[in-house]
Amino acid sequence: MHIIESGNVAAATGVKLSRVQVIAAYPITPQTPLTEKLSEFVESEQLTAQYIPVESEHSAMAVCIAASTAGTRAFTATSANGLLYMNEQLHWAVGARLPIVTCVVNRGIGAPWTVWNDQQDSMAQRDVGWIQLYASDHQQIIDSVIKAFRLAQTVSIPVMVCYDGYLLSHTYMPFDLPEQSEVDAFLPPFVPKHFLDPENPGNFNTVTLPDVRPGVDGTMRPGYIEIRHNLHQDLRAALDSYAEIDREFEQRFGRGGSPFVEQYRCDDARFVAVAVGSLSYQLRDVIDTMREDGIAIGVMGVQMYRPFPDQAVASALAGKECVIVFEKALSYGNQGPLYSDIKSTLYRMDDRPIIHNYILGLGGREIKTQQLLDALTESCARPAAIEDTPRWIGLKLQEEHHG
Amino acid sequence: MATKTYCEMISRSQPGPGDGGNTGSWRVKRPIIDYDKCIPAKTKKRACFTCWLLCPDCVVSKTIPPAINLDYCKGCGICAEECPAGAIEMVDEASQTGKEK
Amino acid sequence: MAEKTTILNLTEEEFVHSGNRACTGCGLSIVYRIGLKALGKNSVLVVPPSCLTVLQGLYPVASTKLPCVNVTFASTAAAATGVRSAMMALGKDDVNVVAWAGDGGTSDIGIQALSGACERGDNIIYICYDNEAYMNTGVQRSGTTPQGVLTTTTPIKGKLQVKKDVPAIIAAHGIPYVATASAAFPLDFYDKVKKATTIHGPKYIHVHTPCPPGWGFDTRYTIKVGKLAVETGLFDLYEIENGSFSLSAPSQRLVGKKRPPVSDYFAAQGRFKSLDTDMVNTIQQQVDAKWAA
Repeated sequence: MHIIESGNVAAATGVKLSRVQVIAAYPITPQTPLTEKLSEFVESEQLTAQYIPVESEHSAMAVCIAASTAGTRAFTATSANGLLYMNEQLHWAVGARLPIVTCVVNRGIGAPWTVWNDQQDSMAQRDVGWIQLYASDHQQIIDSVIKAFRLAQTVSIPVMVCYDGYLLSHTYMPFDLPEQSEVDAFLPPFVPKHFLDPENPGNFNTVTLPDVRPGVDGTMRPGYIEIRHNLHQDLRAALDSYAEIDREFEQRFGRGGSPFVEQYRCDDARFVAVAVGSLSYQLRDVIDTMREDGIAIGVMGVQMYRPFPDQAVASALAGKECVIVFEKALSYGNQGPLYSDIKSTLYRMDDRPIIHNYILGLGGREIKTQQLLDALTESCARPAAIEDTPRWIGLKLQEEHHG
Repeated sequence: MATKTYCEMISRSQPGPGDGGNTGSWRVKRPIIDYDKCIPAKTKKRACFTCWLLCPDCVVSKTIPPAINLDYCKGCGICAEECPAGAIEMVDEASQTGKEK
Repeated sequence: MAEKTTILNLTEEEFVHSGNRACTGCGLSIVYRIGLKALGKNSVLVVPPSCLTVLQGLYPVASTKLPCVNVTFASTAAAATGVRSAMMALGKDDVNVVAWAGDGGTSDIGIQALSGACERGDNIIYICYDNEAYMNTGVQRSGTTPQGVLTTTTPIKGKLQVKKDVPAIIAAHGIPYVATASAAFPLDFYDKVKKATTIHGPKYIHVHTPCPPGWGFDTRYTIKVGKLAVETGLFDLYEIENGSFSLSAPSQRLVGKKRPPVSDYFAAQGRFKSLDTDMVNTIQQQVDAKWAA
C-alpha cells in the first residue's frame, strides 16, 4: 500500500512495524515529530510498547541499554546535540553488544546554534562502533529501520539509521507501506543470548582487566582488548550479514539489492560524484544534465558508512578517472570524513582515481543545483591531482561578515 | 556461506566466591571466639548472633556455636567490638599463623 | 506493616559472596548484604561506578548472586526505569528493580536521572549508600560530604559547604516512599527495604554507611561511628510514607532525651580534625535547634 507521509512518520511507522517493546526519547528538533508519532501509536494502542518520556538523551539511551540488557527490543531517536549528549551511552551500548536501533535525524551542531540540516552529528560518531545506515528518501527510511532491527539482533551491535533533517524528516513523499505479516516474517522476535535473569544471574559490564582471567568454572575468559577485538571482527563480518539481510528483504519486499552503495549511471562513467543521504539524489539531476552535455559521469550514494563497505566502494570506483566527494560534515582541521575513508580505500589500487573533496550545506546552507553543476564541471575539466584541502561550495565571504 | 556466531565476548561475570582471592590474607588481627562467654555457645540456644548480623563479609555462621571462616575473614574486628558478651578477642595474626606451623 | 525483623528470624540466605574486594570493615558491605536479603532472589540490580563496582568484582567473577547491569555514572535511575520497562513488556511484573548507587552517583552526577524517574513515577527502588565522599576514587568531596570534612579535594580547610539533603529533595517529588537508614541499624534498614518492595512507584532509601579509610577510624568501629551519627542527632532515621513523616526507632528514642555531644562523633574520626571549637559549637547549636523543633 502506498501512502504519502513525512520522513519522520515513515521512521515511526517502521518502528511500529518492527514491534519495538521499549521506546525512550527526548524531544529535539527535527526529530520531534517522530517521537510524537510514536507516543501516539502507544497511547492509541496501535503499538504495544512502553514509551518512556525521559528527561534527557543520556537517559533515553540509558533506558534503551537497560531494556535491551533485560531482553527487549528498544528504540530511541535524536538529532545533533542530543546525539552528542548520548555519546558516552553510545559507546556503552556497543561495548555491551546491545541490538538497539536509533534514528538520527541529521542536524548541524552548536555552537552557534543551528537547527538546520547537515551530517556533522552522526559523522562525529563514526568511531563509536555503531553500524550507520543512511537513507536517501522516505522509502529507504522505513525499509532501513526494519532492516536495522534485523541486522542489530543478528550481529548484536546497535544500528543508527540516519536521515537528513527537514529535507527528509519534514517533507512528504509517497512510499510503500510494508504489510505487518511480511515484516513479522522478516523480523523474528528478539531472543537474547544473555539477559537479566534472576534464574541465571549474571553481572553485566563489570570491570574487565587488561589481561585474560579464569572464570568461576576455571576456563580462561577474555581481557578488555579481546572483547574489543571481537567487536571489531564482528563489525567487519556484519557487512556480509547485512548483504544477506538485504537480499532477503529484496526477495520479500521487492526493494533493495544495493545495501552498501547505490550507483546511478556509474557503469560507463569516467567521473563519479559521491554523497551521503538526500544529497546523492539531488546529484542525480545534475548528472543527468551533464550526461546531456556528453560528460560520462555518475553518482554513488553511500548507504552504509560504518562498518565502512570498502570492497563495495572499491569495486564501484575502480577504473574511474576522478571521484568527487561532497560532504555535509568535516573532520575539522583535516578533511571530510567520507573523503578520507574513500581515499584510504583507493590507496590499495594500482591505478587509482584522482579524488576531490567539497564541503557544503553546513548548518542548512541551501545547496543549489547550479553550484553542484559548477563544482562537478570544474573537477571533471581538471582532474589534475588529489586535493587534500577541501573546496567549499557557496561560501559568501565578505568583509562585513567578519567579527 | 556458513552462519557466523556473533557476540562471543561480553563482560558478563558469573557469581562465585573469592573474587578478591583469599581475603583472609589481608588480616592483621584474628578474631578468636571464647565459647565460654559466647551466648549461643554457652546457652546452646539460638540467641544473640550479633557477630553474624554485623559481619561485612558473610564469614560468621549463624550456628551454635558461631564459627568464622578464616579463609575470607578480613579481620575488621567489628564482631569483637560489638559482641555483647565480650566473647571475641582480636589477636595478632602473626602469633596465630606461627601456631599453625 | 509486617512484624519487625529480628536477628533470629532474619534469613540465613546470603546473596553476596565472601572474599570480595570491599575494604576491611566496609559499611557498604554490611548494608549491601542485609539489603539483598530483604530484596531476595527475584530482583535485578542497576549499579553505576562506585565502591559497589569494586565490591561486585572483576570480570569474569561476580560477588553478587543477583542479576546486575553496570551502567554509566549519570544514568542509574534511568537504567532502572529501562529494566522496569522491559519487565513490564515481558510480563515479569513481580521482579524488584533496584538501583544501588553511592552518594556522588546520586546527589551529584546522577540527580537529574533520579529526579526524572521520580517525577515519572517509575516503579523502582533507589538505594543511595552515603559514605559522604567519592571514596572509590580516593575520598574527594561530594554533595553529601558534611561541612568541615577533610577530603582529598578539601585537604586543608575542610569542606566549606553544608551536606546536601538528598532525601528532602527526593521527598519534594511527592513519591510514595522515602526513608533514611544506617549501617549501624541493619535490621531497621532491612525492614525499610522490605517495605519498599511492597510499594508501587518510586521508592528512595538513603543509607548512611561509615567508611573506615575515608573517615579515618579503625575498622572495628564501623557500627560505633554509625550509631554515634544517629545518637548525636546528626543523621536522623525516618520514613516519609505517602507524605507522612515518622521518626524511626533509633531516632525516635532520642526525643526528649539528652543526646551525646556532636563532638563525640567528630572526635572518633580523622576527617573532622580541622574543625575548630567555634565550628563544633555552631554545628551543635544547629543540631539542638533541629531537635527542639
